[in-house]
Amino acid sequence: MSGHDHDHDHSRTFQPDHAEPTSDAARVGLALRELLIEAGHYTAEEERAVIAEMQGASPENGARIVARAWTDPDYQARLLDNGAAAIRELGYELEPYEFTVMENTDDTHNVIVCTLCSCYPRALLGMSPAWYKSSSYRARVVREPRSVLAEFGVALADDVEVRVHDSTAELRYMVLPQRPPGTEGWTEEQLAALVTRDSLIGTQRELGPD
Amino acid sequence: MSEPVFHVGQRVRIADRTPPVHHRVPSYVKGHVGVVERVCGLHGEPEKFIRGDGKPFRRIYRVRIPQDALWSDYDGSQGDKLEIEIFEHWLEADE
Repeated sequence: MSGHDHDHDHSRTFQPDHAEPTSDAARVGLALRELLIEAGHYTAEEERAVIAEMQGASPENGARIVARAWTDPDYQARLLDNGAAAIRELGYELEPYEFTVMENTDDTHNVIVCTLCSCYPRALLGMSPAWYKSSSYRARVVREPRSVLAEFGVALADDVEVRVHDSTAELRYMVLPQRPPGTEGWTEEQLAALVTRDSLIGTQRELGPD
Repeated sequence: MSEPVFHVGQRVRIADRTPPVHHRVPSYVKGHVGVVERVCGLHGEPEKFIRGDGKPFRRIYRVRIPQDALWSDYDGSQGDKLEIEIFEHWLEADE
């Protein structure tokens, strides 16, 4: 069994840990990165730190902000008026964008997209889900939002107004979902545990506790 | 430059042009009329970032457009809206 006289070719079974870039754009990207570092615009260590920071952000940050808004009407008013300032109040660092929080109500449902690329409040919520970046979601949610939302399990009555927010420039968005019934008296921590990433994007409308 | 040209509630038309540079106005809203939902801050002009720092900065407005005006075959509800950020130099008053 230990002999090596069989005829398969080990070089054919080798799988590189790092795939080579497969497109010209990817090669240009890598070359640009190397040139920027070589020219001293930033260091590889700074790049690593930014990536680590992004990976440290998560939808739990958004959940904590939502839970505060649900339990403190004054905070909610500040959050809707000036999202960035209200979020910084809770100690979060944000990218230098205006931050807009859109409130779901009985009559309104908000959903976020970036049709041109995939703008997303990464510094706060972490990396966006793969479907958010897909051309299918980006193209369809502006044109047939109700069908897309239905595919996510969001069934909306005809008299609920759908507002699609196309994040194209210098603003970042988060949806403030509605507080679920049956959560009276819950603590902020308990409430935050109900809030999902998708509800912050608007592809989920109803949240637990059931 | 710092005072907003348009106000909340004003009807505005989004320019229908396609400069040969990155400009952050998706084609599906070009030429359409909406209402200013919110007046935002001053930001670097995307067309000028190709060479330089985007200055002078331009005002951004959030423009609200009825979905059934955007898409002739829109099959949602009449009240549905699309809201999008547009730089001031892409807008003109629609009286």
